[in-house]
Amino acid sequence: MFVSYLILRNAFRHKLRTTLTMIGIIVAIVAFGLLRTIVDAWYAGAEASSSARLITRNAISLVFPLPINYAQKIRQIEGVTAVSWMNWFGGIYITESNFFPQFAIDGPTYLDMYPEFRLADAERKAFLVDRKGCVAGRKIAEKFGWKLGDQIPIRGTIFPGTWTFTLRAIYEGADAKVDETQFFFHWGFLNESVKARFPRRADGVGLYVVQIRDPGQAAEVSQRIDASFKNSLAETLTETEKAFQLGFVAMTETILAAIQTVSFVIILIIMAVMANTMTMTARERYSEYATMKAIGFSGGFVTLLIFGESVGIALAGGIAGIALTHPIADWFGEQMGTLFPVFVISHQTIAMQVGAAIVIGVVAALIPAWRAARVRIVDGLRAVA
Amino acid sequence: MAAIPVSYIARNLMTRKLTTALTAGGMALVVYVFATVLMLAEGLRETLMATGQPDNVVVIRRGSQTEVQSGIDRASASIVETLPDIAAGEDGGKLLSKEPVVLINLPRRETGAPSNVVIRGVTPQGLTLRPQVKIVEGRMFRPGTSEIIAGRAIAQGFRGTALGETLRFAQRDWTIVGVFDAGRTAFNSEIWGDGEQLVQAFRRNGFSVLVFRLTDPERFEAVKSEIEGDQRLTLEAKRETQFYADQSEALAKFISYLGTTISVIFSIGAIIGAMITMYASVASRTGEIGTLRALGFSRAAILVAFLGEALLLGLVGGVVGLFAASFMQMVPISTTNFQTFSEIAFTFALTPFIVIASLAFALLMGFVGGFLPAARAARMKIVDALRAA
Repeated sequence: MFVSYLILRNAFRHKLRTTLTMIGIIVAIVAFGLLRTIVDAWYAGAEASSSARLITRNAISLVFPLPINYAQKIRQIEGVTAVSWMNWFGGIYITESNFFPQFAIDGPTYLDMYPEFRLADAERKAFLVDRKGCVAGRKIAEKFGWKLGDQIPIRGTIFPGTWTFTLRAIYEGADAKVDETQFFFHWGFLNESVKARFPRRADGVGLYVVQIRDPGQAAEVSQRIDASFKNSLAETLTETEKAFQLGFVAMTETILAAIQTVSFVIILIIMAVMANTMTMTARERYSEYATMKAIGFSGGFVTLLIFGESVGIALAGGIAGIALTHPIADWFGEQMGTLFPVFVISHQTIAMQVGAAIVIGVVAALIPAWRAARVRIVDGLRAVA
Repeated sequence: MAAIPVSYIARNLMTRKLTTALTAGGMALVVYVFATVLMLAEGLRETLMATGQPDNVVVIRRGSQTEVQSGIDRASASIVETLPDIAAGEDGGKLLSKEPVVLINLPRRETGAPSNVVIRGVTPQGLTLRPQVKIVEGRMFRPGTSEIIAGRAIAQGFRGTALGETLRFAQRDWTIVGVFDAGRTAFNSEIWGDGEQLVQAFRRNGFSVLVFRLTDPERFEAVKSEIEGDQRLTLEAKRETQFYADQSEALAKFISYLGTTISVIFSIGAIIGAMITMYASVASRTGEIGTLRALGFSRAAILVAFLGEALLLGLVGGVVGLFAASFMQMVPISTTNFQTFSEIAFTFALTPFIVIASLAFALLMGFVGGFLPAARAARMKIVDALRAA
C-alpha cells in the first residue's frame, strides 16, 4: 500500500511531463491498434469464408473463363452438394473513386449458398423474378442513397457499355465480419447481352462456388474436380474459399508486411520517449534514492519504485488509448467506406495493445533502474540534477 | 544585440547524451518511416514512367483501363494499322505491334504464394518499339515456337521462370530460352513470347493492345481524335508515357497517403519527446538563464538559443533517419498493382525532393516541440530565475 502510494505521488511530481508522456503513449497505442486493424481488414475476406465451400477457377488465371457446362459435371462429382457460379463485372458507378465489387451471380443457387447475406423474403423474391434486378450491400446502399426500385447505371470495363439495373433487395451481413459492400445481379442477364453482342465470349463463367458435404473432404473433392477437367481446353484449379481469399492477400503481402513493421516502429518511438522521461526523472532523484538507501531501503526497493512508476504511467496511457481506439476506428472505417468493407477491432489487437503498453513501461525503466540501484550512497548524495 | 553562440547550444545537447540520443532517436524513426514511404511511392512512379516512350502510342478498347481487360479484334487492328502517321521501321514495314496480354498465375520462388504475372505476345516490331529491353542471358525466342523469355524480376522471383526451365499453361510446355533486362521498367515484371503463338494457345481471336510509334510526336492529338472519332472503332489512344503513369496512380497515391498519415501521427510522439526534453532542459538551467539575462542577453536571444537547441535535435534525428532510409534503395520490392491486378517489381528511389522534405519535416518536429519550452525560458524574470537556482 505504502509503495503504491509513493509511486503515485512520484508519478505526479512533474505533472506536465507525466501528462505529455501519457499523451504520447495514447497516440502510440491508438496508432498501433489502427494499423493492426487495417491489417486485419485485409484478411477479413479469408476470415469470413466457409470451410464447406470450394472455389473452382481456370488454372491459367482468373482472367480466363470456364465454360458454363462445367456446372453439370461438377454437380455429379461425389461429395458435392451444390454448385453456383459468378463473374467479376468490374464496372464503374459514375466515377472510378466509387469503387465497390460487382458480381454477376446465378441468383437462387448463390443466395442459398451464402446464408450470411441476409435478405428479406419479399425482397429476395423481387430480385429473383426481375431479370434486370440487383442486390446491394447495406453499406453501399447507404453511401449512395439508393432505395428499392432505383435505377443504377454501371459502366462496364470488361463488358463494354452502360448497364442499368433495378435495385430489388438490400442485404445485411449476419455479423460484423460480413462484407456489406457487394453488388449482385443476374448472370443470365449478363450472358444474354454478351451472347447478342460478342457471341464468342458467351457462356463463360469467372468461377464456380462448390458446396461440399463434408469440410474434412475438401482436399479429395478438389482433386476429383480438377482431375475430371485434366487435359481439357479449360483446366481447373480448385481450392477452399479460404485459400482462394488468402491468395489475394498474398499478392499484396509486401505492403502488408510494411504496415505490420511500421506498427511496431511507433512502439519503438514511444519507447524512446518514455525511456527519456524515466531517465530524466531518475537523474533528478539520485540524491533521494541515496537517502533511501542510507536509511536502510534496499536497491531492489528503489528499482521497484522506478519500474512501478514507469509501468503505471504506460498502462494508464495504454488503457486510455484502448478506450479511444474504438471511436477513432469507427470514424476511420466510415471514412474509408468501401476500401475496407470490414473494419472491426479484434480481441487479439486489444491484447497486443495492453502487451505493448507493459513492454513500453518495462523497457523504459531498465536503464534508469539499473543506474539507480547501483548508485553508491556517497555519489548519490553528492549528485546534482 | 548579441546572440548566444552556437557552440553553447550544441554543448548543452552533448552534456546529456542519453536523453539527446533517445529524443533524436525517436525523431529519426519518424523521419525513417516518412522518407521510406515517399521513396516507395517515388520508386513506383519512376518505374512506370520509365516504361513508356514519349513517341509511342497505346491503343486499348474504350473504357477498359488496362491491357488485360482490353480486347481488339483483327478488323479494328487493321483499320488502325492503315493510319498514315505510323512510323516506318528499317525494313520499311510499319512500326506497329499487335499484342495479346494475359495474366497467368505463378508461384513465388520463396514462399510459393501465387501471384498474377503478365504474359505478353510481341512481334519483331514490338521489340523495336521498346529499345530498353535487352537480352542478358540466353537468347531471343524464335517466332512460331513455344519459346518464351522472362523479365529479370520474374526470373528471380517466380518458380519455373529461370533460364532453361519450363512453364505449363494453355495445354503446352513453354521453355524459357532467355532472360531480358528492361532497366527499371514494368516490362521487367513480364514474360514475353511470340504474339501469334499466344493468341492461338489461349484461343483468342484478337489482341489486347496495339502499340505504334508516331512519325511526329506532335501529331498525337490528331491521331487520337482520328482513332476515337472513327465510327467503326470503339478504341481509345494514349501516349505510352501517360498510359503507364495512369497505371501507377492509384497504388502510388495509396502508398503516399497512407504513409504521410502514419508519419504525421507518429510525429506527435516524437514532438512530445522533444517537448519533454526541452522542458527539462529549461527547468534544469533556470539559474543559467537568469545569469545570461543578467549579463545582457535579450529575451529574443534566449528564445533563439532554446529553439536552436530543439532544431538541432530535429536535424540530428532527420539526418540519422534519412541515412538509414537511404539503405532501403538496395531493397527490391515486388507486389501486385491492384489497378492492373498484376505483379510489378520496383525499388525505393531517393530524390533531392525527398531529402529536403524529410529534413524539413524533422526541423518542423523540432520547432513544434521546442517552441513552448523556449517561450517559457524567454518569459522568465531575471530575479525569479536567479532566485530559483
